Amino acid sequence: MPDDSLAALEGARKQYGKIVALDGLDLLVRPSELLAVLGPNGAGKSTAIGLLLGLVRPDGGRARLLGRSPQLLDTRREIGVMMQEVFLAPELRVGEQIDLVASYYPAPLDAATVLAMTHLGPLADRPYGKLSGGQKRQVQLAIAVCGRPRLLFLDEPTAGLDLAARELMWALLRRLVDEGASILLTTHYLEEAEALADRVVVLSKGRAISSGTVGELRALVTRKQIRCATRLTVADVAGWPDVLGADVDHERLFITTHAAEDVVRRLLGADPGLAQLEVKRAGLAEAFRALTDEVSA
Amino acid sequence: MTAARLLRAYLVEAKYESLRMLRAPGFAIPFLGLPVMLYLLFAVLIFGAAVRSEPLAGKALFTAFAVMGVIGPGMFGFGVIVAMERDQGYLVLKRALPMPPAANFVARMLMAMIFAALVMISVAVAALTAGHVALTIGELLATFAVGVAGALPFCAMGLAIGAYVSGRAAAAVVNLVYLPMLHLSGLFYPLPAFLQSIAPIWPPYHLNRLALAAAGAPVRGEAATHAAILVAETLLFGLIAVRRLDKEERRR
Repeated sequence: MPDDSLAALEGARKQYGKIVALDGLDLLVRPSELLAVLGPNGAGKSTAIGLLLGLVRPDGGRARLLGRSPQLLDTRREIGVMMQEVFLAPELRVGEQIDLVASYYPAPLDAATVLAMTHLGPLADRPYGKLSGGQKRQVQLAIAVCGRPRLLFLDEPTAGLDLAARELMWALLRRLVDEGASILLTTHYLEEAEALADRVVVLSKGRAISSGTVGELRALVTRKQIRCATRLTVADVAGWPDVLGADVDHERLFITTHAAEDVVRRLLGADPGLAQLEVKRAGLAEAFRALTDEVSA
Repeated sequence: MTAARLLRAYLVEAKYESLRMLRAPGFAIPFLGLPVMLYLLFAVLIFGAAVRSEPLAGKALFTAFAVMGVIGPGMFGFGVIVAMERDQGYLVLKRALPMPPAANFVARMLMAMIFAALVMISVAVAALTAGHVALTIGELLATFAVGVAGALPFCAMGLAIGAYVSGRAAAAVVNLVYLPMLHLSGLFYPLPAFLQSIAPIWPPYHLNRLALAAAGAPVRGEAATHAAILVAETLLFGLIAVRRLDKEERRR
């Protein structure tokens, strides 16, 4: 393992019954970078975080955190965590929640600083149980950052937040990275990765199917999707240049391509009776599908 | 991390665990209020005249309701809340965070002891002022100490239940043990011979003997034996719980 990595999975495997959650995953978080782990539900994102945090034991391969075992208390004193589904005592106030978790760290930030950073000042005395869903996520972020962690794990941090709250959170994450922290963040949202990440890893079925910079990922989603009602079949179009994938659903033909204009021209030429034509930019889901198809092809 | 900071982390955890339970009306009102209210009802209003002519009966009612009050916070605090936290992923977050080892359980034990102390004080004040119970300062302090330490076996018992049952079932299961146990321990009234003979299997029986001895009432059996049985039962329940929680963690 290179010395400079803060967190690493090496050939990590994890199986729950018959379901393979991770299938030989390699993952590396470098100093002062924000790594976004993207993937559909069930891709293995949370399991990967669980392994790095020492909450889940790998069936094969290994997980290292700051070059040590994630199970060690000393290792975890240098990280901060925001998990996906979390229960915090509803009777404790926002400031108290921060004070409690800060007590676990050797040199935490003081509560006032954390409250200001996370825009929770006005809510400091409000019981956690009386907060909205978005405010609860802010408190969970405050808890994650209060110990001055070198490395932050954020599992879907902005899920369910409104736009304003999401942007506040993004600004804070950028500031933390500028100040030298590293962040591993999982997300469903492509725009979140675009806004924040230095590097992106796409997971599918427990494996990293793509990794690179945001620019490289953006190229991936320049794919377009064409739908139409046509007498042409998947077999007819599959061999055309620029056609990355084709499928049929509800008697309509779906084509994934980088060159929508060329393909549409050829479609119209080949089937003058073609109807219900739609062209749209492929979303992340389509990008995943195209990638996974390439992987399994 | 310095030792002082580590100790502080345990204390902060205990402070917030206690604050949290004191602020939860569904927990604080029954466990702090009920023992003294029931004591006043039975020992003063209903059997007040009998107690005045029979000092030992007064001490027996005092320790019985005090012991009852000491049992609840530990059993329910651990039984119900650990089960809920297992369901809700709270324990997972605590394990991901650098919480010192078992700080949440240590904190909850201290919370149960603080609640036990408040119960002992309230029942003792009622007994001394309205219940016509006469206790020396020494007896009072000894009973207080027995009651506060006596919370621990029931923490272990609650933990053993909370480690097995789901959050939704926990309150019912804890009640299913708690209520029969209170009665079958012979705290409140003489039991038929058969039930009396098996009363010593229940921890409250031994705690009540210790409390009676501390309050200066004549007691069958050595105090040391009762204490040893309570310690053994605490360790047994603790072991059952730890094994289960450990097994659950290994499955991840």
